[in-house]
Amino acid sequence: MTVTANGPLPEAAYDVAVVGAGVVGCAVARELARRPGLRIALLEAQDDVGQGTSKANTAILHTGFDAVPGTLEARLVREGHARLAAYAAETGIPVERVGALLVAWDEEQRAALPRLAEKAERNGYHETRLLGPGELYAREPRLGPGALGALHVPGESIICPWTTPLAYATQAVRAGVDLHLNTRVTQAGRQDGHRLLTSRGPLRARRLVNAAGLHADTVDRLLGHEDFTVTPRRGQLLVYDKLARPLVRHILLPVPTALGKGVLVAPTVHGNVLLGPTAEDLDDKRATGSTADGLAGLRDQGRRVLPALLEEEVTAVYAGLRAATGQEDYRIAAHPEQGYVTVGGIRSTGLTASLAIADHVTDLLAGTGLDLGPARDLEPLTMPNLGEAFPRPYQRPELIAADPEYGTLVCHCERVSRGEIRDALAGPIPPHTLEGLRRRTRARAGRCQGFYCGAAVRHLLEAAHGEGTPA
Amino acid sequence: MVVGAGPAGLTAAARLAAAGAGRVEVLEREPDAGGVPRHCAHGGFGTLTQPMTGPGYARRLAAAAERAGAVIRTGVTVLDWGVAPGAAVAGVPRADPAGAGQAMPAFVAGGGMGQGAVCAGPVLHAVGPGGPETVEARAVVLATGARERPRTARLVPGTRPAGVYTTGELQQAVHLFGQYVGTRAVVVGAEPVSCAAAETVRAAGAGVVALVTEQPRAQVPFQQAQSARLWHRTPLLTDTTVAELLGHGRLSGVRVRHRDGRTAVLSCDTVVFTGDFIPDHELARRGALALDPGTRGPAVDGSLHTSRPGVFAAGNVLHAVEPAGAAAREGARAARAVLGFLAGAAWPGPGIPLTVEAPLRWIAPNRIAPADRPERYVLRTAAPLGRPVLHVRQDGRLLHRERPAPGTALLHRALTLTARWHDRVDPGGGEVRVSVR
Repeated sequence: MTVTANGPLPEAAYDVAVVGAGVVGCAVARELARRPGLRIALLEAQDDVGQGTSKANTAILHTGFDAVPGTLEARLVREGHARLAAYAAETGIPVERVGALLVAWDEEQRAALPRLAEKAERNGYHETRLLGPGELYAREPRLGPGALGALHVPGESIICPWTTPLAYATQAVRAGVDLHLNTRVTQAGRQDGHRLLTSRGPLRARRLVNAAGLHADTVDRLLGHEDFTVTPRRGQLLVYDKLARPLVRHILLPVPTALGKGVLVAPTVHGNVLLGPTAEDLDDKRATGSTADGLAGLRDQGRRVLPALLEEEVTAVYAGLRAATGQEDYRIAAHPEQGYVTVGGIRSTGLTASLAIADHVTDLLAGTGLDLGPARDLEPLTMPNLGEAFPRPYQRPELIAADPEYGTLVCHCERVSRGEIRDALAGPIPPHTLEGLRRRTRARAGRCQGFYCGAAVRHLLEAAHGEGTPA
Repeated sequence: MVVGAGPAGLTAAARLAAAGAGRVEVLEREPDAGGVPRHCAHGGFGTLTQPMTGPGYARRLAAAAERAGAVIRTGVTVLDWGVAPGAAVAGVPRADPAGAGQAMPAFVAGGGMGQGAVCAGPVLHAVGPGGPETVEARAVVLATGARERPRTARLVPGTRPAGVYTTGELQQAVHLFGQYVGTRAVVVGAEPVSCAAAETVRAAGAGVVALVTEQPRAQVPFQQAQSARLWHRTPLLTDTTVAELLGHGRLSGVRVRHRDGRTAVLSCDTVVFTGDFIPDHELARRGALALDPGTRGPAVDGSLHTSRPGVFAAGNVLHAVEPAGAAAREGARAARAVLGFLAGAAWPGPGIPLTVEAPLRWIAPNRIAPADRPERYVLRTAAPLGRPVLHVRQDGRLLHRERPAPGTALLHRALTLTARWHDRVDPGGGEVRVSVR
């Protein structure tokens, strides 16, 4: 198992280098790891996997019912939904099949529902159903007044966006993939394969996969392609307290308009309630801040959908950037003459589609003349459960009996035990920051945001890293 | 059974044990007893004749409870309410999330009032290093305290860098763990707790860039505000809000906005959000206890009965936030009521609601049971008041009028009201309202 975060990179050439350890890059690396004949590198500019768009989204496992029929995205989302659902069940990634309700608030929206049902049919999704107001309010008693009906999409699910890329990366690393963190690709050249210059020195690879997310256009340009430009589209979201979770049972979506999918209210697998996202086109790929206007606008929209939600405490606020490219489809392209595959324009559906994208990209790599060699099954993996619908370690007497550390809670709001924090710190891809530890365990992610546990959690992280006072 | 080993919980436990209430146990989820005073490394605790620091006070309370015979078990987290194993209790609010409690032998606390007595008291699920437990008690005192609203709950926009604290986290980081907290800190708030946060920043060897408050003046006595300004040359920015946090990775500054619209960036690597306390009421809510909409803590009468028979509440879970001494006095008061209940006193009805009119925010206790007169009421105002007069009315009838002590009608300051008007309340009448003129 090789995970590096500093120092020079190996000199020997890799068969494939995957740039970007987001959910898509990790999925590609995992898929390639099934080919024991290949030597794979997964390069990440930041200090952890899943640090970009992957960590800050709406955490929904989409059915693809509302995709644009006939697109690559529609196909990969449909396939990816089935594959990720199965993978999650196998590895213990928390998923809840809560279903979605597209709620119509006026006559025009109600009139649009049958067309959305037809679109779902064209996307191969046959389970939608139209609900009248009676059935709608029976399903969602706390919904604000005035809804006229809804389209029920029972297959829409919620999933943990942090465990998923971590599971892919962990499995990949265990199967021999080299993960190099803090490795930003700055230059690319060709001479007997790819010669990359990175923030940690040179790296050679026979094939290159660009899964750089927001920076996929930048990496593409290093390779001489000007096919698309990524325009970051910011989505701000509010996470409400766990005590709000009983207020909502489904993913509540507005009827989509030309402006986008709109603001949703949804439960999270961690037992919270999500309100968001906004949609703002920006030109700064680092603009992951929230704004007063954004948050006020979300609250206004949330108040109509679920008035009682606004009475609850806000646990977290975040903003993520989607990789919009001005085209309503993924920008996945192979350049066989260069031994290069670009995986661009992967938007909010990327989490759902990730495994199908990985499959597709592997086929494209084979099309560049790469001999994949025989495939094998990867060693099964069980991820730590962060989902409220499944027994967490503190709820498992047999676990505590075997190791009392799982009964010693450090983070009270999220009920995270010292055992889980210890395990995460000793894991195959250990966190380097409190944020990384939070995504692996939920420590400090709760309503007090560290008032009670912050210093104790930091103490455990720093003890694991042998740090006293970081500079 | 007492949940929470802070000043209220420890004092209640000490009184109960000393009065021979049987087996008295305190469950505390932290590794050490004492509550928030554990990390308040400043003076101001204890009594005028016996002043002490927070940690000293915490140790003293824990020692007193244990000396009286109470058992304090730390590292044990109370998770939820449950059903007694084998007991046919109706109206259980929720399923046992762990599905584990039932398998464990019952641990009975608060016994000793006659063996073999049928115990139909409240039941709690807890977990600790020893595994899950179902704890059954004849009476429960909730003393779960309060926390400060973090930056997220205050909806302060911006990036999400490291270096963002509440006073509680800052004090623990510095006083319990000796952690590095940066070099230049902005403290948000100008209350007594903000001054304590500033002291902690300085104790950690960092500088305080400024205290920032959206109020027109500091919410501390004049002398303390002057000492902040003059002794430490710390700017106090009034009428100013923190509009945005800046920086990737580590905080690089905060953008502040004055009421008149001017903005500026204060360069800093640490920001401390102080005050704005909220009761830690998760357990109260999980137990479906009636909450007061103003305090957001359990609704209680003057003797600290909650809406659920056998369950009492004391300390800052009732009113965020009062000094440790006030919480301790409530613990003692709850103990008296628990003793009465164990001796057979009937559980009082819901009583008459006690509400406030704006700009008052809340009052505690907030139910009136005629037989349970509190020592006093404590209120908060949402706006500073000059020379206010409090009016207590029931169904339009004036029961009482009172002019509070000067300088107490400030935000985040305890405004008190006597309970001497209790015997004028009509037990069959409507809600009692407190207004201010």
